[in-house]
Amino acid sequence: MPLIPHLPHSAGVGYKPQHLGDILADAGHVKWLEIHAENYMSAGGPMLADLKRLAKQFPISCHGVGLSIGGERPLDKDHLTRLKHLISWLKPASFSEHLAWSSHETGYLNDLLPLPYTMDTVQRVADHINEVQDVLGVQMLLENPSVYVAFAASTMDEITFLNEVVSRTGCGLLLDVNNVFISGTNQDYAPEDYIDTFPVEHIGELHLGGHIEDKDDHGAPLLIDSHNNKVVDPVWALLERLLARTGPKPILIEWDSDIPDWPVLESEAARATAALEALT
Amino acid sequence: MSQSAFAKALLDNALPTPEGLIDPQGRPAGKRFDVYRNNVVLSLSEALADAYPVVEKLVGEKFFQAMAGVFVRQYPPKTPILSEFAPEFPDFLAAFPPVAKLTYLPDVARLEKARTEAYHAADADPIDGAALAALTPEQMAGAKLHLHPSLRVISSPFPVFAIWRKNSDAPETTIPKHGQDVLIARPFDMVEMRTLPPGAADFLRALAAGRTLGEVIEFCEKIPLFDLTANIGGLFEANLLINIES
Amino acid sequence: MSNTILKSLAIAGSVAAALSATSGTASAGGSEKCYGVALAGQNDCKAGPGTTCAGTSTVDYQGNAFSMVPAGTCTGIKLPDMADGTPRHGSLEELTRDLPA
Repeated sequence: MPLIPHLPHSAGVGYKPQHLGDILADAGHVKWLEIHAENYMSAGGPMLADLKRLAKQFPISCHGVGLSIGGERPLDKDHLTRLKHLISWLKPASFSEHLAWSSHETGYLNDLLPLPYTMDTVQRVADHINEVQDVLGVQMLLENPSVYVAFAASTMDEITFLNEVVSRTGCGLLLDVNNVFISGTNQDYAPEDYIDTFPVEHIGELHLGGHIEDKDDHGAPLLIDSHNNKVVDPVWALLERLLARTGPKPILIEWDSDIPDWPVLESEAARATAALEALT
Repeated sequence: MSQSAFAKALLDNALPTPEGLIDPQGRPAGKRFDVYRNNVVLSLSEALADAYPVVEKLVGEKFFQAMAGVFVRQYPPKTPILSEFAPEFPDFLAAFPPVAKLTYLPDVARLEKARTEAYHAADADPIDGAALAALTPEQMAGAKLHLHPSLRVISSPFPVFAIWRKNSDAPETTIPKHGQDVLIARPFDMVEMRTLPPGAADFLRALAAGRTLGEVIEFCEKIPLFDLTANIGGLFEANLLINIES
Repeated sequence: MSNTILKSLAIAGSVAAALSATSGTASAGGSEKCYGVALAGQNDCKAGPGTTCAGTSTVDYQGNAFSMVPAGTCTGIKLPDMADGTPRHGSLEELTRDLPA
């Protein structure tokens, strides 16, 4: 596969059109940008024009949210074709997708839905990733999800699952540290153990984001991956723990709802940069 | 448990949480499943409100959210690309009894849908009117005018343009007592809307269908009050002309 | 002169008149100022309906009986009786230009 992810080992942010002017004026600690692939699949228009402009100045990470990699039904060929078109002209520094499903016969459900961790699921996910990599001609990164429910049918833990998928596809991994904190809390395991046993040699990118706290039926904490506020201190601590294992990596700040003014987002990137600089 | 059962339960709150979904202690997932339920319906409802802001304003936020809950369960997106979500919404409104009295609402939704389509349509550079004027009279009559790919025309028996403006960028707008034909296009980076004079909607549609200028005019001449000079001027003024095939 | 030639000449006359009545030059801007259109939301430049990874736990509206009534600005819009059912049209002069939500 010709394209291996090559994002810089520095801080990036999820691009929002309202920040365009700020970014062009002074991106500060933000050295690269991530876009959601599905927002840039139109035939034309100002958003595409803006992206073309940004891509001349910044490495771009293309992050898909709609492929439904874990779906029981075959991949949507039309969607894959449109994704291929985007990848061919944008030539992103990285392409990533989620360990989740989102489409069904009834339609696209616009959520990252959970999967049982079984060998059957491993095979299905691996088949889909192989198809994506064949069509796109790039190595993709697979992101660990935030999960709210577990499956009685699961026969392995998430890290075993990811290792199986990597060995069958040669894909890389996108480790979302906030998702580790959320899933660890929601599924009652220590996020530190997850970080300590994660196959770091396959990491191509890291994600950080904000979440909100809720409770389940029994009053147990239930964290929701809302991406609507700052990264919390325990997640920064997990990041430091991880970086001690991996060394510098590309770190992305995700903020998708209640989007703040640019200086607030940039200050999160500054904090990620400080974590990277502390390594040397 | 299949993804079919999971998806069905997501879209129908009356169904129980699918079996086999658990919490870390092995108890039924209960409210944990509702996180997915809420996210699916709310995120799609928000996408619908983003696509149809004036419809939302007309019926009120609370009503719109409730109606969106009905709509998104009935018409989940066919594609993962949310800018293409909900083309069925205008027809849904036309058949949704609680808004039956708001007879103009489906056409307002058609206008908003056309705006989104125009915004994301293919780009093309408008050309000067002089390129047309440079042809001989015979060439002009036989020419096919290629119009901007973002062009949309909405014809309504209701004053949809005025209703849209009153509820968005110009609250002082007075609502006229007649229907309006509206041109929607994005020749550059902004979506432009204009009301059209008599016959202009047919003029534009016939040109867009690939008829020659001569054929189009022969047809449009029969429309009362049709003004050829004003219509050709409108093409130039609205920057709709992108190529001339002669 | 044949009918076809007359028609061609009429078209050419209209094109020439149209060209001199308008600038005839493809360009953005200009008319927007002339019509004094206030452009709400232009500076926030928000994107079209998009996709995000954000979750939410807000409780959704529930209920089978749809008993609500519209209560937005529609209550202030009274359309005149369009008894004849014939659409009439405004002038080309009403223009607005902005970025859609």
